[in-house]
Amino acid sequence: MIRLPLVLLFSAALFSIGVYGVLARRNAVMVLMAIELMLNAVNVNLVGFSQLWRDLAGQVFALFVIAVAAAEVGIGLAIVLLIYRNRETIDLSEVSLLKW
Amino acid sequence: MTAVITPAIVRAGEEVHLATSAGLTRYAWLVALLPLISAVVILFFGKRTPGGGWIWGVLTVGTGFVLSLGILWHFVTGGGPTGAAVDWFTIGTLRMQLGQYVDGLTAVMLVVVTAVSLCVHVYSIGYMHGDARFTWFYVALSLFTAAMLNVVIADNLFQLLIGWEVMGFCSYILIGHWWEEHVNSSSAIKAFITTRIGDVPFLFGVFVLIAATGFTTSNIQEISHLVAGGEVARGVVALGAILLFGGAVGKSAQFPLHVWLPDAMAGPTPVSALIHAATMVAAGVYMVGRTYEVFLHADPWVLQLVGAIGVVTAFGAGLLGLVQDDIKRVLAYSTISQLGYMITLMAAGPAGRNAAFFHLFTHAFFKALLFLGSGSVIHACHTNNMSEMGGLRRTMPVTFWTFTIGSLALAGVPPLAGFFSKDELLVALEHDHQWLLFWLLLGAAAVTAFYTARMVLQTFFGEYRGHGHPHESPASMTGPLVALAGATVLVGFLGFAGTGAPFFDWVYLEEPEAVTFVPWVALLSTAAALLGLAGGYAVYREWREPDPITRLGALHRLLANKYYLDDIYWRGIVRPVRDGLSAAVNWSNQVVLDGIVNGAAKVARWLSEGVRALDEEVVDGAVNGVGRTAGYAGAVLRYVQSGNVQRYAAFLFAGVVILAVIFTRI
Repeated sequence: MIRLPLVLLFSAALFSIGVYGVLARRNAVMVLMAIELMLNAVNVNLVGFSQLWRDLAGQVFALFVIAVAAAEVGIGLAIVLLIYRNRETIDLSEVSLLKW
Repeated sequence: MTAVITPAIVRAGEEVHLATSAGLTRYAWLVALLPLISAVVILFFGKRTPGGGWIWGVLTVGTGFVLSLGILWHFVTGGGPTGAAVDWFTIGTLRMQLGQYVDGLTAVMLVVVTAVSLCVHVYSIGYMHGDARFTWFYVALSLFTAAMLNVVIADNLFQLLIGWEVMGFCSYILIGHWWEEHVNSSSAIKAFITTRIGDVPFLFGVFVLIAATGFTTSNIQEISHLVAGGEVARGVVALGAILLFGGAVGKSAQFPLHVWLPDAMAGPTPVSALIHAATMVAAGVYMVGRTYEVFLHADPWVLQLVGAIGVVTAFGAGLLGLVQDDIKRVLAYSTISQLGYMITLMAAGPAGRNAAFFHLFTHAFFKALLFLGSGSVIHACHTNNMSEMGGLRRTMPVTFWTFTIGSLALAGVPPLAGFFSKDELLVALEHDHQWLLFWLLLGAAAVTAFYTARMVLQTFFGEYRGHGHPHESPASMTGPLVALAGATVLVGFLGFAGTGAPFFDWVYLEEPEAVTFVPWVALLSTAAALLGLAGGYAVYREWREPDPITRLGALHRLLANKYYLDDIYWRGIVRPVRDGLSAAVNWSNQVVLDGIVNGAAKVARWLSEGVRALDEEVVDGAVNGVGRTAGYAGAVLRYVQSGNVQRYAAFLFAGVVILAVIFTRI
């Protein structure tokens, strides 16, 4: 059995990598993947605490998050595809029309 | 409305008449209201009515005439006076009402006014045919009729005053009907202002009498009752009477305010017949007779003054009729003279008053006939001057015969209406032993006969001296002439002692007076009439140039210049007022009033300048400041919204970190 602090450290590392990816990468696909990392960091946390408290609800929650994340990334990729078709780029710094 | 005015009660009289016994007198107000409705209808729909709207006037006045006959029937069958009123307004203790008081005199006046008005309405269809303001003419004619009827039925002085003033206004617009010619509009203004000089005392007379009742009522019967009961000081009564008489002097064209009536002949002839011969000018006489108790119980000198003014007018105006060439002016002076007769008789007590009303009654018919006849002549000859007429008896037989009947009645030849009424006048004076007035009026009767003969001879006899070919007038004009001629022949017998003199059973002050026939008076008056006619025939048997009357020299000059009264008024009143007073008024207007107005405007400008500054600097400043602040804030904050998703995410995380720090601290 893995001890909880290790799990939390792993999760925090994973989350931090995800945050870095979201904030620093320009490629929209990479940003989506970084978001996946952040979500999975949450999943690791959920599973870790589920194991600590002997409660399966946390693992069920993690399964739900995985399913919703799959849906989310599907829609996200579709949006990226459409942006590419319209603008011939998926560089997020150039997709900045939503301003005054 | 009928529900409100019943039961009808004579407020001053002792008897109380319930509406059930009042017969048609209950509807006297309807007689006055109908022409008013007609005036409004013609005003708004006249031009859209075939014929220009005359039909409304004829229908309503005709209905009023029939109704008036029904009202008179109430008195023919021995009915007593009735009254009814509705409250109008109250000022303190003064209770003003709109009401009607119907006695025999009212009924007779209703018949006279509606009959003459009906004739004039019908006559004007032909006379005014093709006139540019035909419809407007009928509006004024109907409105006038309504006002006159209101004067007749009014049971209080205030209501009477309203009708009185509306009549004055209608007279003004009808005299000036053809205002395109300057002389006509000047005449209208002269008539209006001159009668207004009488109206002001009249207004104050009304005030005095209302004050005499202790400011409780203006009801004529109640005032009469109070005055007759001796509850008002004689001096106050005298003041009220003399002020009221001022109104009569103006309206009934008595000396010295008679000068407007001859000039009023500038109006269309039907107007002269209705307003300036038969009805409006008789309103002054009617008013004096209606408020007669006030005159009777005033100091004796009041009635003496009334008699003096009447006789001066009767004689003086009669003489002026001798020198006129304008046929309408002859009739105008004759009207003034006959009105003078009526006013004179007011000085001879209740019997004189009744005789005056009988003369008013007959005079209305034959003078309307004469005016309409002269209108027919003028219509044919296109001139008013008798020197351009002559010989018309062959070309205009109907006009000639009716006009002659009217003239003989005016001259006082038996058995026509004028003879009987003049006879009654003289009998009343004889009974009252007013010998000076008696002989002067007898002399005036001879003068009347003389100028009447002159008028008829110059117009209808000899050779035609004008241009063109005169022809008889259309049926709408000759019809009323024939009707009025018939009335002229018949109405005199109503006051003849031999037929029981029913007129004097209808018109009386307190109780019917016995009418006597005095043969020597009748003989004398007939002699005077025949003498005048014979004299006129002798002088004017054939056309002579110049008029033989000019041989009178200085007297002729005096008469031709109308006793220089117009000149005196012009030099003594009009010019000083116009040049002096109007200059002063102009100065005060320009300097004082304009100064005040301009000063006020300047102050207002300063104030508004201050308000403007306040508005622009403070109020606008605050509003603009708010807007500008929002603008600056937006200009700064807009840099945050870059559109870059990752920057938003960075803020998001920063926020989360901050929140996390805050919450974990706690």
